[in-house]
Amino acid sequence: MTDTAEATATAPSSRRRASLGAGWVVASAVIAALVLAPVGALIWQAAQGSEGLWQHLAAYVLPHALGQTAMLMGGVGLLVVLIGTGTAWLVTAYDFPGRRVLEWALLLPLAVPTYIVAYAYLDLLHPLGPVQSLVRDLLGYDSPREFRLPDIRSMTGAILLLGLVLYPYVYLPTRAMFMTQAASLVEVSRTLGTSPRQIFWRVALPLARPAIAVGTSLALMETLNDIGASEFLGVRSLTISIYTTWVTRSDLPGAAQISLALILLVVALVSLERWARRRQQYTTGARRARRFRPQQLKGGRAAAALALGLMPVLLGFLVPALFLAVEAWKRFQFAGLSDRLLTEARNTFLLSAGATLAVLICGLVIAYAARVLPHRGMAVLGRIASLGYAMPGTVLGLGVLIVAANLDRLVDRTAQEWFGVSTGLILIGSGLALGYAYLARFLAISIGSIEAGFSRIPRSYDNAARTLGHGSGATLRRIHLPLSRTAIAAAGLLVFVDCMKELSATLMLRPLNFETLATHLYGEAARGTYEEAALAALAIVIVGVLPVILLARVRHDDPGA
Amino acid sequence: MQRMKAGKMSASQPIALQLDRVSRRFGRHEVLSDISLVVPHGGITCLLGESGCGKSTLLGLISGIDRPDGGSIAMAGQQVAGPQAFVAPEARNVGFMFQDYALFPHLSVADNLAFGLRGLPKAEQQARIAEMAQRIGIAHLLGRYPHALSGGEQQRVALARALAPEPGILLMDEPFSNLDQGLRERVRRETVEILKSLDATAIIVTHDPQEAMAVGDQVVLMRHGRVEQTGSPYDIYDRPVSSYAAEFMGPCNRLTGIWAKGHIETPIGNFAADLDLPDGALAVACIRPQTLAVMRDGDGIAARITGKFFLGESEQMDISVHPLAQPLRIHSHTRSPMAIGEQVKLNLNGAQVHVFAEADTPLPPKKLD
Repeated sequence: MTDTAEATATAPSSRRRASLGAGWVVASAVIAALVLAPVGALIWQAAQGSEGLWQHLAAYVLPHALGQTAMLMGGVGLLVVLIGTGTAWLVTAYDFPGRRVLEWALLLPLAVPTYIVAYAYLDLLHPLGPVQSLVRDLLGYDSPREFRLPDIRSMTGAILLLGLVLYPYVYLPTRAMFMTQAASLVEVSRTLGTSPRQIFWRVALPLARPAIAVGTSLALMETLNDIGASEFLGVRSLTISIYTTWVTRSDLPGAAQISLALILLVVALVSLERWARRRQQYTTGARRARRFRPQQLKGGRAAAALALGLMPVLLGFLVPALFLAVEAWKRFQFAGLSDRLLTEARNTFLLSAGATLAVLICGLVIAYAARVLPHRGMAVLGRIASLGYAMPGTVLGLGVLIVAANLDRLVDRTAQEWFGVSTGLILIGSGLALGYAYLARFLAISIGSIEAGFSRIPRSYDNAARTLGHGSGATLRRIHLPLSRTAIAAAGLLVFVDCMKELSATLMLRPLNFETLATHLYGEAARGTYEEAALAALAIVIVGVLPVILLARVRHDDPGA
Repeated sequence: MQRMKAGKMSASQPIALQLDRVSRRFGRHEVLSDISLVVPHGGITCLLGESGCGKSTLLGLISGIDRPDGGSIAMAGQQVAGPQAFVAPEARNVGFMFQDYALFPHLSVADNLAFGLRGLPKAEQQARIAEMAQRIGIAHLLGRYPHALSGGEQQRVALARALAPEPGILLMDEPFSNLDQGLRERVRRETVEILKSLDATAIIVTHDPQEAMAVGDQVVLMRHGRVEQTGSPYDIYDRPVSSYAAEFMGPCNRLTGIWAKGHIETPIGNFAADLDLPDGALAVACIRPQTLAVMRDGDGIAARITGKFFLGESEQMDISVHPLAQPLRIHSHTRSPMAIGEQVKLNLNGAQVHVFAEADTPLPPKKLD
């Protein structure tokens, strides 16, 4: 970019529209096109479907899957609103011993992916597992035939487990809303004669509605994304239908058609989220408002509050994590760490690290392009590039599969024609296709985080650097990178952990005989062989705790964020 | 590019910057329209106007941070923005001093100064930094970081950083507005001395007419994205082209009257002016308050003192004159013994009166369809 500028300086008439940084916009457009391509491919593929197949899907697969998905979303939505809003109010409005710990501990279930919580509870609550055996011992029964708890492998079980790990999506924004917005309003309401109990219903809840809606839509996007938990617990959701239609029936057009149905749901969720975020903006006027002054609880009431607040942490994080730790330890003592598991850990790390690097670079390009040329068209590009966050991994994976398979075929044919060699499935076989899916899915995280980092850099710094002889590239390197280091590192951590946990796209796109920790766990759970999966799950949960710590710290430093 | 040290001003005074019918739109709002301007080499030009008049936008266009929608900009005879070319800011050889100084917080003062010198060999960079720091009096600050500097120190570092690459033209956006009142005047004088000693060409944006007149060799008064008047400080103050210019440059008593036979008729008298107006048209007379005087007795128009305000170095009096609705304002550097309520005589002998057609006053912001 510097070069073009200098070229124009010496030869003014050679380029008519040399711009302040057109190269960044072109690069952004390419990235946005990359993200959009899988969706386009899905539509194209869906249009290829034979009529007979579609009728079969419409008659036998879709209605059931839609019903199950709707039930799942309804149940999970209700549960996350209840737990998320309830706990947010509990730690904001009341003070009791342990509240400070609870404030961040309530975020911990975020570290447990849905398929791991399902995996852990499936084992824990197995008729021959520790919980049911204990209950039988207490009640004096001898065999599972005489007494067993209701099976966790049910719609109810799936709703409960998903709700237990997804409620922090609601807890986080709702609590921030309570903290920054409610304080003065609540105090005013008290002086106007509203009782403390009424305040929740009449002031705090209406105020937090947009935050709750944002959190719920995010939690529901995760619900749609889930493949492991639904599979283990026997819920035939849309996501599962897509996966099985492709994997067991090899029916790509059929899978693409179901994907389109799922995308409609996603569009609805994104609209809900955007609507709610717009509503949220109205209330951010008093950003630096006073902190909420909580009501002091003592004795039994304090203990009850603590116990209530601990419940979701216990069920959503501590119980499954401890169970995994114990199982992992048992396995480790029995067999140590197998070479296979170590290879998978290395696979996971390298794949995630590579994808993270690509995601960060693309995020930087887009965030910086929006900075260099703050134009409406650029904003649209940024939004397109961020589309993937809402897309379920299975849908995105399928789209990438179609793109990559066609590219692979093209490359192979070209190579055969020109050089007489077959390249085979070069994109899918090398894992590049999988990296592409990660890029499309997680780019939004890095764009958002880096843009937030950039927004703290005054625009006059850019202008100062430019007038001091630095091109846009040099300005990025010497001003923006050093000054937004923390934001970029945070984005990297979030993306890395998300890549590591990713299951649905990984299942579809991984090269032959290539396993990550997540797919290993899925494989064992699907086969019903409980061997090294606990070790893999524990590793994922431990790494997953890192971004939670980061999140808790950010909240602590800046309650207004 | 013309370096500012290249030599003393030649007799014909070469042109450092020329703007030709420059315009800039944001959406449907035309922020700058039809700006034409010549900035001679050496000397200070002040862009003056109220906030939102487009003066900072204009500075952005000159620096290359922003692109004009129409017109052209040439520096040292070469077009840098226009239909044929656009030169990026990093290639324009302009220095820019920002209102917030924009010192890079992660770099020391020395590294901030070195930032604009990156084409030069290390040794030369060091020499240039040392020389500039010496000259501007910040040699003792070179090892510090911006957060450890006072406001005045930050201002000087920002000036040194902008001047270090020896720019062909230095642009300064409200460079003194972040300083306390007392400090501001001193820093302003020092800055002007430094610029003069370097024979630098500078454009200073300010909203303060006092500052513009104190600092500028040339003042460009802007209004709603257009140039209202260009000239020396004396030109603009003594020969304003509009009642807006007259009132912007300093307080004025504003009297509306009727134009007839080469003069304006107002309730307190007729004032002749060289205006091409039809008889019977509305016109406006602007009278500087320090050119009016009142006396206890003698010749003059009957008036009554309605207010008296002591301003330290001067005194202000408000007087009501029949049949004016608004009181007239008078500034005087001598203290008067007269009190509120006293009947006095208004003397118009020394009055400096500027007469304008009434029509030039209201001018709403221009919107494009």
